[in-house]
Amino acid sequence: MISFIPYASFRFFCLIAVLLLPVIILGLMGKRNLLYNDCVAILMTFLIFAAQPAQLISFLIFIIWEAVLIRGYLALRARKNTGLYFYIAIVLSVLPLFLVKLSADVTSLSVLGFLGISYVSFKSIQMIIDIRDGLLKEVPLSQFFRFITFFPTISSGPIDRYRRFKSDMDQIPSALTYRTLLYHGLNKIFLGFLYKYIIGYLIHKYWMGSPLLDSNTFSSILLYMYGYSMYLFFDFAGYSHFAIGVSSLMGIQTPENFNKPFLSRNIKDFWNRWHMSLSFWFRDFIYMRFVYTAVKNKWLKNRYLISDIGITVNFLVMGFWHGFMLHYIIYGIYHAIAFILFDKFERWNKTHHLWAKDNPWVHGLSIVITFHVVCFSFLIFSGRLNFLW
Amino acid sequence: MIEITQEFTDKVFSILADVCDSEEIKANPNMKLFDEGLLDSFGTISLVVEFEQQLNISVPISDFNRDDWATPMMIVQQLAKRK
Repeated sequence: MISFIPYASFRFFCLIAVLLLPVIILGLMGKRNLLYNDCVAILMTFLIFAAQPAQLISFLIFIIWEAVLIRGYLALRARKNTGLYFYIAIVLSVLPLFLVKLSADVTSLSVLGFLGISYVSFKSIQMIIDIRDGLLKEVPLSQFFRFITFFPTISSGPIDRYRRFKSDMDQIPSALTYRTLLYHGLNKIFLGFLYKYIIGYLIHKYWMGSPLLDSNTFSSILLYMYGYSMYLFFDFAGYSHFAIGVSSLMGIQTPENFNKPFLSRNIKDFWNRWHMSLSFWFRDFIYMRFVYTAVKNKWLKNRYLISDIGITVNFLVMGFWHGFMLHYIIYGIYHAIAFILFDKFERWNKTHHLWAKDNPWVHGLSIVITFHVVCFSFLIFSGRLNFLW
Repeated sequence: MIEITQEFTDKVFSILADVCDSEEIKANPNMKLFDEGLLDSFGTISLVVEFEQQLNISVPISDFNRDDWATPMMIVQQLAKRK
C-alpha cells in the first residue's frame, strides 16, 4: 500500500488538492458541508496510516481509549470534583504516550505507537484539564473526533486547543473571510515548499551532507551545529506552514508555531517564538499548574525557588518527551539551567541596569548570544555529541 | 458581573502594581503588560493567587490568556465579569 504521510510526498499534495477542491468552492460561497468534511477526515485517517495497518489499529484503539476517558471523567467530574479522579484521568491519558516513549529503551513497546501519538495525546490531556477547571462542560463525541483526527495537524501539530478549535468549527466563515483564509492558506503552503523542500533540503544535502563535517574536530562540529540548527528550523517551520495553510483552507485557524526564533533576545523570548504551540502547552499545563499549586498550598516559602523547580520540571518533561535517551534529557536540563540563570539575571538587572534594553548594540549582542546558546542546545539534541558520553 | 467602581479598579491596580513591581501601571491603564515585560507566566500566577485571596475571585489559570488579559484595564473588566 502506498503511503500518504502528511506533506511528505508530491502524491499527498495532489490528493489533498483534489479532496479540498469542493471545500474551497463551498468556502468561497460562504458555505461548509460538514458531512463532506467528515468523510474527508475519515478517508485521510485511513490513507495516512494505510501503509502501516498496525499503526491504524493502534490509532483507532487510542482514540477510543481517550474518548472513553474524557467522557468518563466528564461524568465523574459532574458528580464530584475531586483531585483523585483528575489525576487518575491524567495518568491513564498519558499512559499510551509514556509506553511508546519508553520504547526507545524497551523496543517491544513500539508496537503501540503510531505517527503523531504525542500530538493527539497533548490534545486529549488538555481537554481533561479544561474539564477539571470547569471550562468544558460537555464534549460531543463528534466534536471530539473532529478535533483529535483533524488531519492537517495530526502528524506533528501545531497543537490546537479544543475550545479554540470548536469556535472555528461553530462559525462558518463568510465568503469574504474565507477568501482571506484561502489566500493566507495558499501563501503558507508555498512558504512551506520554500522552507522545507528548497532551503531545508539544500542545507541538509550540501551543508550537513558535506564530508568536511565528518571528523570530530572543533570546526567540523561547529559547522554541523549551525547547519543542523538551520535545518531543524526550516524543516519544521516548513512543515508547520503546510499544516497551518491546509487548516486555513478548511476554515480552521490553527495557531502559529514559529515567530522568527533566531532573532530572540533571550532564552525566555526564544521559547515564546520556537515551536510555540508545544512550548505554550508545556508552559500552561506543566509550569504554570505546578507553580500555582505550589504557591497556593504554600509548599515552600520562597516563590522564586518554586518557579525554578517548575522550570526544571517543565524542561525535564520536555526532554523525556523527545525520548528516553541521555542526549534528550541533557537537552532538557541544559534549557532549564539556561532559563533559570536568565531569570536570575533579569531580576538582578532590574535594579542594577547593566544590560540596557533599548540600546541597539546591546540588542544585537543579546540576539547573537541567545542564538549560540540555542544552537548549542540543538547540537546536544542532534546526538552529534553522543561520542562524548 | 459587578459594576466597575473606582474602589474596585484601585484595588486591582494596586495588586497589579505590587506583582509587577511597577507604579507606572496606575498611570497607564492601557499598557500591554506582557509585551512590556512587566508580566510573565510567573507573575500571572502570583496575580491569580492574589486575586483569589484579596478579591475572592477565582480565575482558572488556563483561562488567563495573554490576549484577553493584556492590559490593566482589560484585567479589571475580566475580573468584574467573574465576580
